[in-house]
Amino acid sequence: MNNVLEYLEETVLRVPEKTAFQNDSTAMTFSQVYSSARCIGSFLINSGYCCEPVAVFMNKSPQMIAAFFGVLYSGCYYVPIDEEMPQHRIKLVLDVLKPRFMICDEVTMQLAEGVSGCEISLYSEVSNFKADESALANVRETTLDIDPIYIVFTSGSTGIPKGIAACHRSVIDYIETLSDALEFGGNTVFGNQSPLCFDACLKELYPTIKFGACTVLIPKHLFSFPVKLIEFLNEYKINTICWVASALSLVSGMGAFDVLKPEYLHTVAFGSEVFPIKQFHRWREALPNATFTNLYGPTEATGMSCYYRVDRDFEDTEPIPIGKPFPNTGIMLIGEDGQLAKAGEAGEIYIRGTAVTLGYFRDPDRTEQAYVQNPLNNLYPETVYKTGDLAYVNERGELVYVSRKDYQIKHMGRRIELGEIEAVCNATDGVEIACCVFDDANSRIILCYSGAVEAPFLQEELKERLPRYMLPHSVYKLGALPFTLNGKIDRNLIKDTYAKGDKL
Amino acid sequence: MEKLVLMLAQMHPDVDFYNCASLIDDGIIDSFDIISLVADLNEEFEVSISAGDIVPENFNSAQALWELVSRLQNE
Repeated sequence: MNNVLEYLEETVLRVPEKTAFQNDSTAMTFSQVYSSARCIGSFLINSGYCCEPVAVFMNKSPQMIAAFFGVLYSGCYYVPIDEEMPQHRIKLVLDVLKPRFMICDEVTMQLAEGVSGCEISLYSEVSNFKADESALANVRETTLDIDPIYIVFTSGSTGIPKGIAACHRSVIDYIETLSDALEFGGNTVFGNQSPLCFDACLKELYPTIKFGACTVLIPKHLFSFPVKLIEFLNEYKINTICWVASALSLVSGMGAFDVLKPEYLHTVAFGSEVFPIKQFHRWREALPNATFTNLYGPTEATGMSCYYRVDRDFEDTEPIPIGKPFPNTGIMLIGEDGQLAKAGEAGEIYIRGTAVTLGYFRDPDRTEQAYVQNPLNNLYPETVYKTGDLAYVNERGELVYVSRKDYQIKHMGRRIELGEIEAVCNATDGVEIACCVFDDANSRIILCYSGAVEAPFLQEELKERLPRYMLPHSVYKLGALPFTLNGKIDRNLIKDTYAKGDKL
Repeated sequence: MEKLVLMLAQMHPDVDFYNCASLIDDGIIDSFDIISLVADLNEEFEVSISAGDIVPENFNSAQALWELVSRLQNE
């Protein structure tokens, strides 16, 4: 198997009329997804697009997913753009991407016209193009498993987002091993939480087409209302969820289980950030027969690289391990000296294997810094991904995550470079200099700055320029920022002063 | 009620919280707001908002929120 579309093609023969993807208003069967995708692919080929990025800017919907596969049928690679991304960020993404073509829906069309600078068509048009069987077959023959499938953008410390390109081979490797570990199958009903513009949704989309399973896209507003959310899980008989820990914590933390429990849920995976153990216990209590799996992995290694299925009890102070790498993925913990960290000591996680992605799109410099030669191999070229995450191996032989090495943080399951928030602030009129710190204990982003602009005005300005999850919770205007002796902003002092959880 | 509106205004200085009755329906406040709001209200007004109370109807306007807080205070 060399192309992810083979999953769809085998499944559509088996269960054509089964619902593949649905949200609270529309649903698409495998046969509909297949036909629409082939029409979109034919349109792109006949319009002269080939082996290039195609932006998909739509409201989260089954149609958006069909558009992804449509782009793959043309031999191009899809770049999902979230409906909720602020215009400024969309523009930054498009500046890196420079796509020639974008697929929109009726809602996003107007937003796109202002920023895109490329050809735009509506999904409803391109999905009604006549399928061109011979053109599709020709493209398939020349597509290799090392060709990209998608580019997803993550936060970058210079303020320019990084586009991570992943190929068929990496995604197949990931989906096969993940599906085995979490025991996905034809009866799996996924409740998707992640936006479609992140690699996190691979966990649902590709096993769905592999097994003929089903993915229900959960309306975002339900994540504010935990009891309604559980009602939704029960209504759609959702049995499998892979959510960020903060979404799970929301449900348990607000006491939703006292009112209602999920009836069908048997598989719960969580990752992308540390799951507070107290909340984890509440989940386990509510679902004593479900399996719980902790996942860890960077977008640069396709999705998740390590997993640990909870098989014992944990103390409130004990971290849940990230366990061991998936089969065909290797983890090396490298110490400060460039050698393997000693037993029990923390080292930086380096990842080897097919799941390591192709690199950052149109960004050789940053690619070179993170996709490096295996430091333990000087015999032949071998690219590994240097995560910047620290971990150690415990006495049971399980990997345990420690923290980020630098300023990159995880907040609400999203990866954020504090430097990017600073870069945006620093670019705002009336700001002299800004410093952003993360209050780990209270999970709050804190921004201090000096300059003429008033805090509420700056906050408004940031809303225009940053995605919601990157907005600082507290903003302090200072006469001047404190500096250390060697002239750097004294981040530790700022953190000690302002990160005590005291509110504005 | 003023205190409550002040808290809301800190999140969204541009919204007229005295008159807006579609905070949820129009997506003006989102899950990030609601999580922090519940924590702040619990602390500020010494109430305990339970999961059953966290439904869209109670968050659609400052008035509805205030009624929720008042009811919990009197319980």
